[in-house]
Amino acid sequence: MKKTNRQAIAGKIIWMVIQYVSLLFFSFVAVLPVVSCVITAFKTDTEYQNTNVMTLPESWFNFENYIKAFDKANMGRGFINSAIILVCVLIISTFIGTQLAYVLDRFKFFGNGLIRNLFLFASQLPGVAMQVALYEIMYKLHFINSMFGYIILMCGTDIISIYIYIQFFENIDYSLDESAIVDGANYFTIFYKILLPLLKPAIVTSCILKGVGTYNEYYCANLYLQDKTRVNTVATSLYTFVGPLGSKYNLICAGVIISLLPALIVFITCQKQIYSGLTQGAVKG
Amino acid sequence: MTMKKRRSFPDWLRSRDGQKVLVMTAFMIVPLVLLFVFTYLPFGQMFGFSFYNMKYIGARKFVGLKNYAKVFSRKDCFGALKLSLYYMLGSVVQLVIALYLATILSFKVRGGNLFKGFMFFPFLINGIAIGFIFKFFYTRGFVFDTVLQWCGFQLDNLPYWLRDQKINNFSLVGTSVWRYFGQNMVLFIGAIMSVDAELYEAATLDGANRFQQFKYIIMPSIKTIITLNVILSITGSLSAFEPPYVITDGANGTGTYFVVMHEIAHTQQKVGLASAMAIVLLIIILIVTGLQKLFFKYIFKSGEDEDPRAAIKREKQLARISGRRGGAAV
Repeated sequence: MKKTNRQAIAGKIIWMVIQYVSLLFFSFVAVLPVVSCVITAFKTDTEYQNTNVMTLPESWFNFENYIKAFDKANMGRGFINSAIILVCVLIISTFIGTQLAYVLDRFKFFGNGLIRNLFLFASQLPGVAMQVALYEIMYKLHFINSMFGYIILMCGTDIISIYIYIQFFENIDYSLDESAIVDGANYFTIFYKILLPLLKPAIVTSCILKGVGTYNEYYCANLYLQDKTRVNTVATSLYTFVGPLGSKYNLICAGVIISLLPALIVFITCQKQIYSGLTQGAVKG
Repeated sequence: MTMKKRRSFPDWLRSRDGQKVLVMTAFMIVPLVLLFVFTYLPFGQMFGFSFYNMKYIGARKFVGLKNYAKVFSRKDCFGALKLSLYYMLGSVVQLVIALYLATILSFKVRGGNLFKGFMFFPFLINGIAIGFIFKFFYTRGFVFDTVLQWCGFQLDNLPYWLRDQKINNFSLVGTSVWRYFGQNMVLFIGAIMSVDAELYEAATLDGANRFQQFKYIIMPSIKTIITLNVILSITGSLSAFEPPYVITDGANGTGTYFVVMHEIAHTQQKVGLASAMAIVLLIIILIVTGLQKLFFKYIFKSGEDEDPRAAIKREKQLARISGRRGGAAV
């Protein structure tokens, strides 16, 4: 009896050790590339050339690289543009998404299933392949180097949040609509006055996900917002460091760290919503 | 013919039916126009382009199926699909790591949230930054080499991670695993948490150890999402794009199918050939997706007799996950 007890305790301890060693190891792997960038970003040019990359910087208050990177890559402009894009995309796609989800969930009509399938099929098409032909359309619409065009494009290719909204509508009791209809409200009133306020948690969730996605989007931004002095986003302003500056990693790392600060802040403040939003999008039926 | 009271249009508009049509039109016109202009119109045009020898601007020449013949005969086009195997392998590794960590984190662990946060954060970094981070990380004598030297390796014995053709595709796949394992883990934790907590308590009372709990409680409850992820990683691997695009620009034999296609379309401006490439891969992806659906119907039908609602639920999950993948791939 005693022996098995001791074995069980030993087993538990071993399992505990394995657990924490694994967690520590994978956390180390996850943060190492970013931490090494932070270390390098605080180094002066001579320090960067003469010390190993993993040697800690002499001063943690050397913000010179950050200032230089911010300046060289025109990141001020980038932050303004990204903010404009973000606000517009979030507002427009929230309206489009919730309205579409409302109609698809609340109305039975011929073509309802077809429309759902059209969106579904669209989500299966790889974006990179679509840009081959989309480039010509954007060109004809005069959407090259146009923030407006880019915003419209970003709103048009949104499928995940529509799912989140439909799911949410499914859980709102239809009797709410019916009693409003009896009271003489029209559909617009029902949607804006009754349902939209109830949808707030879903809107917050999908805005955070969509927001991070939009902020990080660089492929289309690079393709369609080519004039990097005028219409750069935070992500595409990093393209400045491709080329002659390509080996000044203390400068580049500073730029990289600046570009991921907003995502980090959003992550720290909205951790729970991000996790639950992702899970909602994938796990629940 | 029955007598029908003729209603004027404004009257009809004020009726219930009219209101319905009005709200449906008002709410659906914008998303449908956007869907058409940015997805189905280019899709159709791409099909047309694939029969022409053309640039974005200038004269176009009809060449029939020549572009398609080129896709299959040019070594750099169709051959690039071989690289997908690396990415498939990577997604299996990623899945195993994610599942292992999710199992650990779904039990009470000190500092669990902090660990979870560290491992999830890479998912939120923009692609360009990732490109720079890993160019830096893999540079000779820099971060990765230094850490390996700490572990006792000699620098002379280490390969050039991004240049050596024997190893560079693994290096790139590694970055993709690095970026997504935390996100996968969070999804799995979500699935595990949806299991009733009482089940675990009962199992613990019955003396089940962690491994047994994993095998008999966790595994069955997340079987669907795992199978979905495994199968969907095939299409994901076929369309692998980001790591080589941002880190090596497809140099030294790292150009995946889409990287080659991007280069042909936007640098060389051979739009016809690039369109044909896109169409070929889309057809392959559609076939694979179709096969997956059949496969699913087969294994789930024989496995358990379930009600049709569960099947619908799974269809939705499939759509969502692949949608997510698609979003991440760009």
